[in-house]
Amino acid sequence: MAHFEKANNLNEWLDQRIGLNTLKRVLNTEYWIPKDINFLWVMGMVLAATFGILVISGIFLLMYYKPDTNLAFDSVNYTIMSEVGYGWLWRHIHGVGASIVFLIIYIHMFTGIYYSSYKKGRELIWLSGMGLFVAFSAEAFSGYMLPWGQMSYWAGMVITNLFSGGSLEAYALVEWIRGDYVPGDAYLTRFFMLHVFLIPLVIIGLIVLHFGTLRLPHVNNQEGADIDYEEAAALYKAGKKKESKVIPFSPVFLSKDIFVMGVYFILFFYLVFYHFDFAMDPVNFDPANGLKTPAHIYPEWYFLWSYEILRPFSKDVGLIAFAISQVALFALPFIDRSPNVAPAHKRGLFQIWFWALLVIMITLTALGKLPPTDPLFAAMGLVFAVLFLLMGPALFIITMFEKKLEKGA
Amino acid sequence: MQEEQKERRDFIGMALGATALVGIGGGLGFAAKRTWDPLPSVKAAGFTTVDLSVAKPNELIVEKWRGKPIFILKKTAEMEANDRDVVIGSDRFHISIGLCTHLGCIPAYKKDDHEFFCACHGGRFNASGINEPGLPPPSPLEIPPFKIAGTELILGEAGPEYKKMLDAGLTV
Repeated sequence: MAHFEKANNLNEWLDQRIGLNTLKRVLNTEYWIPKDINFLWVMGMVLAATFGILVISGIFLLMYYKPDTNLAFDSVNYTIMSEVGYGWLWRHIHGVGASIVFLIIYIHMFTGIYYSSYKKGRELIWLSGMGLFVAFSAEAFSGYMLPWGQMSYWAGMVITNLFSGGSLEAYALVEWIRGDYVPGDAYLTRFFMLHVFLIPLVIIGLIVLHFGTLRLPHVNNQEGADIDYEEAAALYKAGKKKESKVIPFSPVFLSKDIFVMGVYFILFFYLVFYHFDFAMDPVNFDPANGLKTPAHIYPEWYFLWSYEILRPFSKDVGLIAFAISQVALFALPFIDRSPNVAPAHKRGLFQIWFWALLVIMITLTALGKLPPTDPLFAAMGLVFAVLFLLMGPALFIITMFEKKLEKGA
Repeated sequence: MQEEQKERRDFIGMALGATALVGIGGGLGFAAKRTWDPLPSVKAAGFTTVDLSVAKPNELIVEKWRGKPIFILKKTAEMEANDRDVVIGSDRFHISIGLCTHLGCIPAYKKDDHEFFCACHGGRFNASGINEPGLPPPSPLEIPPFKIAGTELILGEAGPEYKKMLDAGLTV
């Protein structure tokens, strides 16, 4: 049996039993963050906080929501919105949060790409992060089913039909996923289960993994500099805080995090109270009707770029292009052959590649929202979808010839 | 001795792992798969009978069968005949599942152009349900299993006319 002594306070009592001080040291006071960072480094904690807000608002919605095709629409649009005290608040927080969380995810991702934060020991950070992106996408889709409006129903119809695999005509698989010939009661209830239990569980697991993958390689810095963490930590602990290149995660970095979060949540709640409508599609305020397709179906803004890659091609080619675009970003650490961990503006052609990727994805997003009838926009969709698919090979070639940067500055 | 023990432990571990894998994969996996299957009551969602004598030329009727919309279009004399038509006496009908073969939206019937237009991704089908080439839909609108009984159409039951179309590869 381990040796236990009488503890003088709660901290000591806990330290003897679960190694509290070691935990604090590893996760907080001696988890070193470089000083050479900017506000973009806060996005990870902003995401964690937004996920927390989604969980809390979700818990309150869960108490009145009914996962039944006859009751779901009214339980959201009548019970929660007008009967439950402050029900509207939870719904608007949940809706706005689901939309904004993707904005922050995209900023977080593009920050990682810009500063080459997916290379040389940081591959698993990128891979677990992409896993989170996929899990959040599944969470957003399953949640979008729940109000059982027209957009819920038809988005469910279209997305589950993707699993028929085009010419493979795997309708048995589609019917198995739905538990019906068309999205119905079994479908709604199983997506409810996925949305409130299974996928959140996966997300929480992936968040722990994502944090874990960060601990040894440490977070990247603005110059991609290889910091000697032992030396820098020793300086900091010796009291030479000015000379040291690092700060501890908690309380120093976290206090800056919380400042940025404060600004972020002012904007967030401004949207919740005054502009929640951007996250609420008017078409989804019509109850689901299997015999009437809305005139124009489009996904939420964060899926538009991949939707636009599906659209301009014939069915099979479109599905293959779509499948590639969904997994292409996973391969980023392995496509990028450059030896450099450096910001894009120091990596020559890579900088052009980075901004081109951003412009292509924003253009695809804008085109995805337009109706499919205009031939000019349809042609542009095709061009930009092809350009997106060419970005992978392009990255491979330009990074192969990228010169090794002299580290010193 | 220690080596030997380690090997024995490894063997026990692997045996347990293999048994657990077979047990979980075979037993729970099968149960999980079956739980997600459509329920018998859903599968048995029976047959829909439609009286075709009330149909008017060039006016689309939409019926519901197994939760899916069924298009019934009585063709006018000028409209092109097709092997996919259901012929009753001197009348020709276009019968199909009203879901776009691209991703399952419901196309709208444009009366003046005699064509179906899908708003989701811009697909077009003519009055015989044939897709216009070069657009997202890869195949014609599907024909549901049907049987003709007088002027009535029974959806869900495969009659000789339907089987002929199926054999000729006119639908899947």
